[in-house]
Amino acid sequence: MSKTLFDKVWDSHVVRSIEGGPDVFFIDRHFIHEVTSPVAFLGLKNRGLSVMSPERTFATADHNTPTINQHLPVEDPLSANQLKTLEENSKLHGISHWGLGHEKNGIVHVVGPENGITLPGATIVCGDSHTSTHGAFGAIAFGIGTSEVEMVLSTQCIMQPKPKKMRINVNGQLGKGVTPKDVALYIISKLTTAGATGYFVEYAGDVFENMTMEGRMTVCNLSIEMGARGGMIAPDEKTYTYLKGRSQTPKGDAWDAAMVYWKTLKTDADAQFDKELNFDASDIEPMITYGTNPGMGIGISKSIPLSEALGGGEKTTYKKSLDYMGYHENEPMIGKKVDFVFVGSCTNGRIEDFRDFVSIIEGKQKADNVTAWLVPGSHVVEAQIKEEGLLDIITEAGFVLRQPGCSACLAMNDDKVPAGKYAVSTSNRNFEGRQGPGSRTLLASPLVAAAAAVTGVVTDPRSLL
Amino acid sequence: MAYDKFNTLTSTAVPLPLENVDTDQIIPARFLKATERKGFGDNLFRDWRYNGDDTPKESFILNNSVYGGKILVGGRNFGSGSSREHAAWAIYDYGFRCVVSSFFADIFRNNCLNIGVLPVQVSAEFSEQIFNAIYDDPNTELKISLEDQSITILSTGATESFEINSYKKENMSNGFDDIDYLQNIKGDIETFAKGRLF
Repeated sequence: MSKTLFDKVWDSHVVRSIEGGPDVFFIDRHFIHEVTSPVAFLGLKNRGLSVMSPERTFATADHNTPTINQHLPVEDPLSANQLKTLEENSKLHGISHWGLGHEKNGIVHVVGPENGITLPGATIVCGDSHTSTHGAFGAIAFGIGTSEVEMVLSTQCIMQPKPKKMRINVNGQLGKGVTPKDVALYIISKLTTAGATGYFVEYAGDVFENMTMEGRMTVCNLSIEMGARGGMIAPDEKTYTYLKGRSQTPKGDAWDAAMVYWKTLKTDADAQFDKELNFDASDIEPMITYGTNPGMGIGISKSIPLSEALGGGEKTTYKKSLDYMGYHENEPMIGKKVDFVFVGSCTNGRIEDFRDFVSIIEGKQKADNVTAWLVPGSHVVEAQIKEEGLLDIITEAGFVLRQPGCSACLAMNDDKVPAGKYAVSTSNRNFEGRQGPGSRTLLASPLVAAAAAVTGVVTDPRSLL
Repeated sequence: MAYDKFNTLTSTAVPLPLENVDTDQIIPARFLKATERKGFGDNLFRDWRYNGDDTPKESFILNNSVYGGKILVGGRNFGSGSSREHAAWAIYDYGFRCVVSSFFADIFRNNCLNIGVLPVQVSAEFSEQIFNAIYDDPNTELKISLEDQSITILSTGATESFEINSYKKENMSNGFDDIDYLQNIKGDIETFAKGRLF
């Protein structure tokens, strides 16, 4: 029978199926971090259980970590306690732990791929919804709750009904200044934040085939923002080239055996999807959000949509959202005031994102009214920024490079946008208060963030390229 | 973590008709720093419920003593965003045992089922009827029967059935969780693990 890429990976990980219920689903790789794991470890302790496969489990500290002075003790006692708890739990159960200060430390969804822990055809979970990132390699990867973290720690399995399948095809050529982030924000704006709920997405077509691995990660990362549990892209030569030789990838005969399996990982020609959508690359321009969920995005040259077509509940929610943002219907986004710029996160905290940022700011100066936080996704990304000479350009333009972590994406550390202030952010969520109580977020690509950082207002990056 | 068995629940309900209520609103990230599961109910809907100086916002529904009960009725696409199970914990800890919506985000629904909060998905029309009934009379009770998979507005008699898979239904009615099941088949899992390529 013909199968999709998703079917092939899913079906080969089913330990057993329960009639009228979920599948018992085997997990190859389990990432844990300090925020969603402590209660799971406590659960193990209370039940007298141990970790079944420490070698399949990888811990890194990212959500709570400061992005300056990481060599000093963490000031917030609650954050410090979570970080210490992760370290102790990892040690107790023999789990590798890349804590604060470790050379491989960084955001879980950045360090997984860059160390070759993420592999095609693998199943990957983490107590974090952006685990969908790893789907860029042809893995089935999705976020889970803490009860499920406890299940995976103790049995390496979770219980999940198989999701429905959706394919999103984007064909044609992307225009100047249009990045993977814009492709994703465009799709979400068409589908809404609930449009892919219940589905697992495969991205296909020219645009994803031509994309770098970093770009594919950005797209798959944002799958959850359209409601999908995850998204994936079939592995190809680009995938294998990226992975080969990384510290945790299979070596020698094991690599060859894996390659035989990986070459089978594509959707059969006549395989069926429950839903299939097609978009044209030439319709996509640099995107920006104007509201309080990631589906509220528009092309940067457009004006804020009118509410007249919306129904009762939808209209109330829409108006509440614009009120929160301090915006009105039909206003253009270009020229809107910007107070903060955040470049980083598991969505756009990789080397390519900093290259994009630098391509705009080179030879210019940071706008005086803007506070900018440039936060690499990992120490490896930080080192690359230095090696490629990007740091010099960043410094000359009046910016400072911070240390890795989730930072202002969810503002669990000190990187908080103050109430009422506007931040152009390369992260993934513009929910109310996401970047600090009362903060207002405009999601965009690193190019749009850079254009805002040097002009102090929302600016079309194409005018600066 | 074991939870109370869920069979039939008859209660008044709190209406929150906003759409796309995300888990950052249910519990903001800055309250995720605990290493134990307790006290999350105090921060349920923190930034909608309290001003910056911690005084209650009178306009928010949880601060309106007219409405109360063990059922929260939300708008469409309830629980979107972050996978934080803390959102479900906060709802449970506050005292809700059931959330009703015309559409749930996937991970949130799963998290609820795993900790003993019953997510009841109804049609958009029935959701509208529930909101209207509660606004007409805040003492209106809803009756939710897990056995019959039905939800009834007692004041009008209107009723609708809801979906839940038979495995989760049995778990909820007995207060079991998935770890109990998985532990019992650990031998099979270990055999399966031995055959993995990586």
